[in-house]
Amino acid sequence: MKPIPLWRRYSRLFGADPAADVKDELRFHLEAKIDDLVSQGWRPEAARQEAGRQFGDLRTVQEIGVSIGEKMERRKRLKDYWSDSLQDVRYAFRTLGRDAGFAAVSIVILALAIGANIAVFSVVNTLLLRPLPFPDSHQLVWIAPPPTACGLSCATYSADAYEEFRAQSRAYQDVTGYEAFTTPDNLRLTGLGEPEPATGVEVIGNFFQVLGVQPAMGRLFAPDEVRGGPQVALLSNAYWRRQFNADPAIVGKAIELNGAPVTVVGVLPASFDFGAVFSPGAKVDLFTPLDLDRERNWGNIVTLLGRLKPGVTVAHALDDANRVAPNMYFNVKYPESLGRYKGDLIPVPLKDYVIGKLRRSLIALWSAVGAILLIAGVNLSNLLLARAATRAKEFAVRGALGASRGRTVRQLLTESLVLSGAGAALGLGLAFIVIAWLAHQRSLALPLLSALRIDSQALGWTVLIAVFTTVLFGLVPGLRIAGGNLQEVLKDSGRGAGLGRRHERVRAVLVVSEVALACALLVSAGLLLRSFLKVLDVDLGFQPDRAASIKVEYDDSAPSDHASAAKRAAIFHQILDRVSALPGVEAAGMADYLPLGPNRNWDTPVPQGKTFAPGELPDPLVYVITPGFIRAMGIRLHGRDFTWADVPHSEKVVLINASAARVYWPGEDAVGKVLMRGEEADLVVGVVDDIHEETVEGPVGSQIYYPVTQQGPNGAQLVIRTSLPPATLAASVLHALREINPKQPAAEFRPIQTIVDRAYSPRRFFMLLVAAFAGLGLLLAALGIYGVISYSVSQKTQEIGVRMALGASAGRVQREVILNTLRLAVAGIVLGTTASVVSARLIASLLFATSPWDVTTYAGMVLSLVAVALISGYIPAQRASCIDPMAALRSQ
Amino acid sequence: MDTAKLEFLRGTLDVLILKALIWGPLHGYAITNLIRRQSDEALFVEEGTLYPALWRLENKGLLEAEWGLSANNRKAKFYRLTPEGRRQLRREVKAWEAYATAVAKVIGATQPPLPEEIG
Repeated sequence: MKPIPLWRRYSRLFGADPAADVKDELRFHLEAKIDDLVSQGWRPEAARQEAGRQFGDLRTVQEIGVSIGEKMERRKRLKDYWSDSLQDVRYAFRTLGRDAGFAAVSIVILALAIGANIAVFSVVNTLLLRPLPFPDSHQLVWIAPPPTACGLSCATYSADAYEEFRAQSRAYQDVTGYEAFTTPDNLRLTGLGEPEPATGVEVIGNFFQVLGVQPAMGRLFAPDEVRGGPQVALLSNAYWRRQFNADPAIVGKAIELNGAPVTVVGVLPASFDFGAVFSPGAKVDLFTPLDLDRERNWGNIVTLLGRLKPGVTVAHALDDANRVAPNMYFNVKYPESLGRYKGDLIPVPLKDYVIGKLRRSLIALWSAVGAILLIAGVNLSNLLLARAATRAKEFAVRGALGASRGRTVRQLLTESLVLSGAGAALGLGLAFIVIAWLAHQRSLALPLLSALRIDSQALGWTVLIAVFTTVLFGLVPGLRIAGGNLQEVLKDSGRGAGLGRRHERVRAVLVVSEVALACALLVSAGLLLRSFLKVLDVDLGFQPDRAASIKVEYDDSAPSDHASAAKRAAIFHQILDRVSALPGVEAAGMADYLPLGPNRNWDTPVPQGKTFAPGELPDPLVYVITPGFIRAMGIRLHGRDFTWADVPHSEKVVLINASAARVYWPGEDAVGKVLMRGEEADLVVGVVDDIHEETVEGPVGSQIYYPVTQQGPNGAQLVIRTSLPPATLAASVLHALREINPKQPAAEFRPIQTIVDRAYSPRRFFMLLVAAFAGLGLLLAALGIYGVISYSVSQKTQEIGVRMALGASAGRVQREVILNTLRLAVAGIVLGTTASVVSARLIASLLFATSPWDVTTYAGMVLSLVAVALISGYIPAQRASCIDPMAALRSQ
Repeated sequence: MDTAKLEFLRGTLDVLILKALIWGPLHGYAITNLIRRQSDEALFVEEGTLYPALWRLENKGLLEAEWGLSANNRKAKFYRLTPEGRRQLRREVKAWEAYATAVAKVIGATQPPLPEEIG
């Protein structure tokens, strides 16, 4: 074999070509054969034919050759690529290791941004994107009337209505519901030493079947247990673990609830969390079947939810409900109640009901972390550019030694991949911590939090983000460098003037966009903060501080309503006297429902002697209270409070709130007027301030208060007002209650403030997050500004030196650097104000009593950004003014 | 060429190619000639099987190829053994010899084997 001379090596000038190789090889074979044959005496023509004949099927052999050749070529390319990449990665580690400060700063920035993104994505994924944790959850719908001011009673249905709806609807596989008026700690677990409070929800017998929840152990409710059958219960998984130490033989055992034996028929799976879906932040311990016959005369008590038949849309279900509603009775015993639910049966996907208003908050939050990621990316880009500028020579030399442009870009991309990979790994760790913490925030009233976790989707998101940041932000400096003129850089012995200037422009653009994004974040955070402050300023109608509540157990069973009222009054009176005597207690009272929790209404009172059009009068929310409650809650009262002298056979008395008074007797003093409930007359003895009964932010409707001595309360919550921190009284109050009733369970002693805080919690949560992101954005923007200015100062050392030598004062140099900084900041702010207007519009519906164009917020944003810009410009300015002209001039 | 000969060739073509290259790099045509001459014209490798076999061996990394000029200054693809190819040749030769010895013992037997001892 002889080597091919140089001039004959032209054929593969444009890269490998396996097909041509095979052809050439086989042609050589044939020609060699022909030569041999000719030398044996064949005629050339015959020799050609003979060679072809001997070879056989040339085409098939060629095809085999091409396919093998291509395979080899592919493998070779892949191998080259890998070895190049490994080389790049090794090199990246080496160079980054040499510049550890730069690497650490970039990795931390990226970790914060990526961590925030993963955490928020996990929240968004759990709440918005993932279906509810039930099989075929898209079929589940929540059925409720449009929202009104009369609370839960107007959002629920009577037992008869439920049965008629279930029987007549054609859209559903099945319809179910649960008793909506459950309060925390409504049961006592007895028979195991001291009575323990427990929270139970009564559900319609088919509740779990409709949701598609299978028991982890035992079984669900059987049809015969639903109607007055044996007393049975299903335990929630958490309660079974906590209270019964995960007893594997619990099924079939009897437990004692409120002193009566109840058989445990099953344990629900850990994946089912009633509170997380239907009542955010609440824990529910056990479930008992709801006896509809017992509840038939109680009015609206159940919520409805149904599972649609396959293929039935929500719109169909609405048509179907509108068809059924006119045939539904509130109570079949009263024919006039036919059609009362007309227009009040509106199915919405259960998911929409659960997530509801959070959707917008979540999207806003998602946008905020997206902005953070962009800012972090721009920052990385900036840092890489600054580094790349100082490495321009290195790349020029590499280019001169034959590295292609693509290869150089790849090297830079690899470096940013190493950075963002490390950032992503660290960020994932951060996100894990945040998510684990969030999933256990019981005080946060957000749905589905317990289902929060980092899953494969979140991990996929991590990879996606890392790759995205790498490509986007590694590419800018990469192309900049690779596009540079090699000779120019190599010739340029000093600090690259031409290239430097161009870099500076790109970097200025990057910083301006960074500042603009930070602007939008700051404005959003500012608006949300102001909204939150406004919400805190809302007059709740009561004083939550220094008040606390505990659920009280009592036994007022008696043969008649009157006897029961008398017995109850005696017990309550004794309790209140005892508790009021405790040191530190300023006032004490009881009510069956507390504000910002569950509530109910009874009927529609009519002011005596007046007529109103149907539907004009409100259904006020009902609270049954003891004397002293109004004072204990710190509610302002005009008129008189109830007294223990208001007894069943004395005149019936009520308190109403200001809103109700305005409806009943506009412009008049309601005290002394009479409200009629059918034949019963109630004397209004006082008017109290409106209290926020459902939400802090929503409007307030009519409320009416009855004395426990005349009406039956639905349980009792003791409220005390104290001059001491409420928690210090917990033990003595419980001790006093136990002395009167040994069966009193160790119920939670809750400061009223925690109830209010819980109502604030979603808003506080979102506000804090967005504020944190805005702070991070501001910090990153400051870093970006500092980077650009300090780089441009170091680039201009000579220039500044010359000017100072020519007489420019240090102050003047400083002023100029700071002016430069301000120019960047102002450009960013101008652009950012536009971005802010867009983001403010996006979050407008999340604001409370705050205009999206709130001048204070915008002014605050401008001020804080200018301040930050000044600070980050001051340091390089200081350095510039300290340049020694002689040293600068000599440095070349 | 009859089918019996063809089958025989297929099983041993790889080892013949590897052996042919032990003397130095060769192009495909030279390999057929070498095998033919070395076997005293008994073994004739068909082109249709030789080239796929060469490419397969190259793909496995047993051979490596390079373009060079033939004796009469034509561009030809020359194959040479890689170290892995050399090892493979040694292995196959050993296996082939063991196989041939075994076959020879059976064919050359002059009496039936002794009855197996009942253990």
